[in-house]
Amino acid sequence: MFEQVCDEDFVILSVAMDANIEAARPWVTEAAPSYVTLIDQNHLLSSLYNMVNVPQAVWIDEQGRVVRPTETGGSIDILREFDFAAGGFKPEAAARAQVAKASYIDAVKDWAVNGSDSEFAYDPKQARSRVPSMSEDMAAAHTKFQLGQYLARQGRADEAESLFAECRDLHPDSWNIFRETTEKMDSGIAAGEEFWGKVMSLGDKQYYATIDMEGM
Amino acid sequence: MVTVLTETSEIGVSAVAGDALWLNSADVENATGWQITAEGFCKDDVCVARPADAGGDYVRSHEVRGDEVNVSAFWNLMGKPTAASPRGDVWFLGAGADARNDALLSLEAPDFTLPDFDGKLHSLSDFRRKRVLLITWASW
Repeated sequence: MFEQVCDEDFVILSVAMDANIEAARPWVTEAAPSYVTLIDQNHLLSSLYNMVNVPQAVWIDEQGRVVRPTETGGSIDILREFDFAAGGFKPEAAARAQVAKASYIDAVKDWAVNGSDSEFAYDPKQARSRVPSMSEDMAAAHTKFQLGQYLARQGRADEAESLFAECRDLHPDSWNIFRETTEKMDSGIAAGEEFWGKVMSLGDKQYYATIDMEGM
Repeated sequence: MVTVLTETSEIGVSAVAGDALWLNSADVENATGWQITAEGFCKDDVCVARPADAGGDYVRSHEVRGDEVNVSAFWNLMGKPTAASPRGDVWFLGAGADARNDALLSLEAPDFTLPDFDGKLHSLSDFRRKRVLLITWASW
């Protein structure tokens, strides 16, 4: 969706937060993206950039400075508006999600073309104010998660799972940790009963901070 | 044999698996980049003073293995998390929340190196002088 704006001044680094490379590979093969696609089995970016879900995005300028810290990458929180009877999102929610995605893509294109002149590139003060804060428990969760992934790759699944259970408790807002480490359905998607239970238990809580783009 | 991991390294050391990570001074430096000195636990010009308790919680002299440092205790003393496998034979020395928050508030994008799907490594810093949209996704 961004291909047309990739040029010598702008690049997309798309990172799969997937412990299982082979689960992610078909998505890459199918999309055959022209941009760089990396695999982050340990969710290092969650730890480095304080990410909690996918898609999340960071805008980094030519000097390596963050001009938009970690935020939702064009997706909004409409999960609680899933209509189980109809087997899809309520039309109004789906429409809002489309608006949000389109406005996010437009904002990225604007920045790709205009750089620091883009209204969507924050100045340092704005950018700092939007950096999500990491707690000690969250840092501990990332450490246990990375050890757990190492043990899982060594075939030590039971030990890994005991660490993952601690991670989920230490960082309950992290959907990256939760969905990566809970049971997947046959489709490979972590959207079973446990997932929906956790979604619905959010109640009225706003998951993502509101951002300065239409629909978001 | 104990394995010591950080976000960027993996090293095997001859230590005893357990509920603390006791390493000799050579292994401390190999595994962590930190050194144990008379002042305490040091790296570059930063030193974390050895606590005064002298109760053997941080440094001990093992009759066979010689002088050893409790790396996990020092790591936690610096406000950084550690994680150990239930068997105590694999340790992960993690990054602390304060360091993460300071780094993010500096607005200097933390560098990383990750493989593409053909195994070729790429670093964020390879893309300096370009604007980068860093965006995540997942199969799950």
